[in-house]
Amino acid sequence: MFKTLRIILTSALVRGIVGQALGTALGYAFVAGLRALRGAETGWIYEPALAFGAIIGVIGFLLGAGVLTDWLKWAIGRQTPLRHGAPAGRPEWSRYFNVDYNHKVIGIQYGISSLLILLIGGVFAILFRLELAHSGMQWLTNSQYNTLFSAHGIIMIAAILGGVGAMVNYLVPLMIGAADMAFPRLNAFSFWVSVPAALLILGGIAVGGWDTGWVGYATLSLRAPVGMVLFLLGFWVVGFSSIAGSANLLVTVATMRAKGMSLFRMPIFVWAAVAASLIQLTATQTVGVALTMSVAERVIGLNFFDPTGGGNPILYQHLFWFYSHPVVYVFVLPGLGVISELLPVFARKPLFGYRWVALSSLGIALVGFLVWAHHMFTSGMADALRVPFMFSTMLVAVPTGVKFFSWIATIWEGKLPSNPPTPLLFVLGAISVFLIGGVTGPILGTIPTDLHLHDSYWVVGHFHATMFGGFIFPFFAALYYWYPKMTGRMYNERLGKLHFWLMLPAFWVMSIGQMSVGLLGMRRRIADYDPALGIDGTQLLITLAALVIGWSVLIMIYNLAFSQRMQPVAETNPWRSRSPEWQIPSPAPEFNYDVPFEVVGEPYDYGLADATYIRDATPAAVPSGD
Amino acid sequence: MGRLRHAISIIVLVALSTLGLRALFSVILALPRAASAEAGPIDTLFNAHFWMIAFLFAFIMVMMLYSVFVFRRKPGDETDGPHVHGNTRLEIGWTIIPTVVVLGFGVWGAITLNAITSPKAGEMVVHVTGKQWAWTFDYPEQGDISSGDLVLPVGRTIVLKMNAEDVLHSFWVPEFRVKQDLVPDRETTLRITPTEIGDYMLRCAEICGLNHTLMEAKVRVVDAAGFQAWVDEKSAAPAFADMTPEERGAFWHSAEGFSCFGCHSLDGSPSVGPTWQGLYGRQEQLADGSTITVDDQYIINSILHPADQVVAGFQPNLMPPDYADKIAAREQEIQAAEGIDIDITADLIAFIKTLQ
Repeated sequence: MFKTLRIILTSALVRGIVGQALGTALGYAFVAGLRALRGAETGWIYEPALAFGAIIGVIGFLLGAGVLTDWLKWAIGRQTPLRHGAPAGRPEWSRYFNVDYNHKVIGIQYGISSLLILLIGGVFAILFRLELAHSGMQWLTNSQYNTLFSAHGIIMIAAILGGVGAMVNYLVPLMIGAADMAFPRLNAFSFWVSVPAALLILGGIAVGGWDTGWVGYATLSLRAPVGMVLFLLGFWVVGFSSIAGSANLLVTVATMRAKGMSLFRMPIFVWAAVAASLIQLTATQTVGVALTMSVAERVIGLNFFDPTGGGNPILYQHLFWFYSHPVVYVFVLPGLGVISELLPVFARKPLFGYRWVALSSLGIALVGFLVWAHHMFTSGMADALRVPFMFSTMLVAVPTGVKFFSWIATIWEGKLPSNPPTPLLFVLGAISVFLIGGVTGPILGTIPTDLHLHDSYWVVGHFHATMFGGFIFPFFAALYYWYPKMTGRMYNERLGKLHFWLMLPAFWVMSIGQMSVGLLGMRRRIADYDPALGIDGTQLLITLAALVIGWSVLIMIYNLAFSQRMQPVAETNPWRSRSPEWQIPSPAPEFNYDVPFEVVGEPYDYGLADATYIRDATPAAVPSGD
Repeated sequence: MGRLRHAISIIVLVALSTLGLRALFSVILALPRAASAEAGPIDTLFNAHFWMIAFLFAFIMVMMLYSVFVFRRKPGDETDGPHVHGNTRLEIGWTIIPTVVVLGFGVWGAITLNAITSPKAGEMVVHVTGKQWAWTFDYPEQGDISSGDLVLPVGRTIVLKMNAEDVLHSFWVPEFRVKQDLVPDRETTLRITPTEIGDYMLRCAEICGLNHTLMEAKVRVVDAAGFQAWVDEKSAAPAFADMTPEERGAFWHSAEGFSCFGCHSLDGSPSVGPTWQGLYGRQEQLADGSTITVDDQYIINSILHPADQVVAGFQPNLMPPDYADKIAAREQEIQAAEGIDIDITADLIAFIKTLQ
């Protein structure tokens, strides 16, 4: 017990948090001290000092956790070996609390933090859903409500980015036959830098919150309470994680694929990961600029957005959405990749139109860059921009449609099990939910109908359907599906199904309910609504549905947490998959493949006798896969 | 033969589901009543979209559930599915057809947008000002009358020329269907042609800070005679010289004055600023811990330097610091128009004293 405590207290996580606290205090004291030397009076929370402290605090975290140690040693000419396994004298589980370079450990670190953050964001949602269950103010103030919904947005985005990081990190090297990612230290950096970022955002709530939503539109962002600056900086730091992680992934896929694995013989999930990484690598900088400009305008008075000094508030929206629209495809593409990956395994049929599915991911990524201004149809931007952006937006439906049609064609005449296991249920549920999100999109892309729906709850329903269908449901499918790979044990099937059958109908009710009240005039981001709108009943239903979703997720957390102790050891390949990662023991060995494999066939040749995807790349080749 | 049976089943199921969904939508996805000429073509487009949503949802779901139930593995069957890799003709088809359909909707949308935004004969201009958290409407064609309610004549196209004073706001009356943001220092325009006499609510649709939820204004659509009567009544408002200080104070509190009501209630109900009911003479605890009694001096200082003495529990820096300038400008305006010196802060104090 004492030993456990000691291991945790000396872990990178705790050292990092201490480093962040010290760094923040130092940075704060420096600026506040300068001000005191000038003899100026300073209140308790002085924003420029807080901003500077926040930045120094992030560096303090990275130094304290030891994320930068190897690079700093290299800078002074010292060699550092790539360490593997738990630190000397420490148990295996302590790897997850420390800076570890193995992609599977980092993947699980991402996954667990993602679930934790998801829970925090979910609790926030339930808190304000309780407020909205009935018209009239129930138990929150306007200020608390504004902070809760603003934090819910950005926290969920952090959770989703973490979940994407989990899937991509854990799966891609296994799928392409690499021993690790191309840059293991950069990989660890990508994960660890997101921890102080999350702490900054939570700190923003602690110092009093903010009220701009996650979009942080100027000029409200320039007047919002002091929590705003920590939110902006936290968001900004998360960007480092995205940029470094995506560069790493692209290099890994480009250079470390197994012999014979041509681009069109990669497992389809890898295509989705590549498309998502291309967006992250090229779009994140733009939101970084927008956030930097907002911080600079607030803290040191550089004038970019406030028109009274010659700025332009609409400029912020362009910069913001140039990233923040494409990034929703970062959230959904890996999830859609999971759907494409799992359907052939369960249907025992090849993925229909592999190349079209692969290229549709790139198509979505490309078109995704050309549609950002559809978030601004009512913003007052140049009139001439509206119609072109309407047409480009409508085109998103085309590659998205290709995915739906290909999934249907894959399971058409396929042999799906008559008693579907949990991952398959979540995949089918994901298709239905993403379909709700998909079909409710063009009505928003068409300007005249958007003029009514813009900033209404229709939008809330639409994007929750795309996020749940494109990320949450597939992510949960992936957690169940690869659970035996990660832990070597099977999850509890009965609890998994209970989770699904609670969550799917609850989500439908919630999402369709949101669209319904939106049409009738429910605006986004309001703490209260007029009973005359006649939506009290629907609002209560939405809140009840949200509670059911919350409880069902807790069932999953219980299942995942305890199955690795209570459930029997899983078979090596419980889904009879042809994918490389299922041909090796579970959990996967430290360096994945003791014997490298080479690709000699197509990845999804189910239903073709004697088809081989991979075989050991040794002189005496033995076929593997089925 | 098997193929034909599947095809017929699918067609029947998709058709029935589409009709069923569309019928369901008219209950659960209902629009508010339409009260503007613009709502006509927009609702036609809504209807077309709802049909497409019903069809696409029905089509994919029927295909998916059909595959799940009809083709599912039979007990004892251990074989794989057919080895079908793809079909290029199908792929091209389901790329081209959706492209044509969505571009068609785009063209329809562009035509509709053009129709509802183009200038019409006999337009009337109303200036809309949004600020945290109040709306003001000025009528340049009706002798510059100013109002906190938006009163509009039925059947005439209104050009709303809109400005925000501080942050983004958005003009939305759901019954009119159209929406437009208000941007600081930039004029945005929205055309609406009310067609139904009645009362509506305008509510801000763009998050604008602490009191966004309650940023609303009454909208009244009246017939031409009613509109003229309202204009006459507004125009006949007494000169400031003929009003008592208390009456002028109430005026300054309204949207025609400085919209103090956006943050300060008169009936004791809580808002983002202290209520004015029973304010004068009240003991207030300030954020710095000290206690003061509200008197002339405190009120004047709080109007001119709002960040100085903030009452505990209220957010600082919400109230704009520029009221000294605004008040001076208004006093000069009145001096120029009526030739009298008005002390607006004194009017407000007189008004507040009546609210015991």
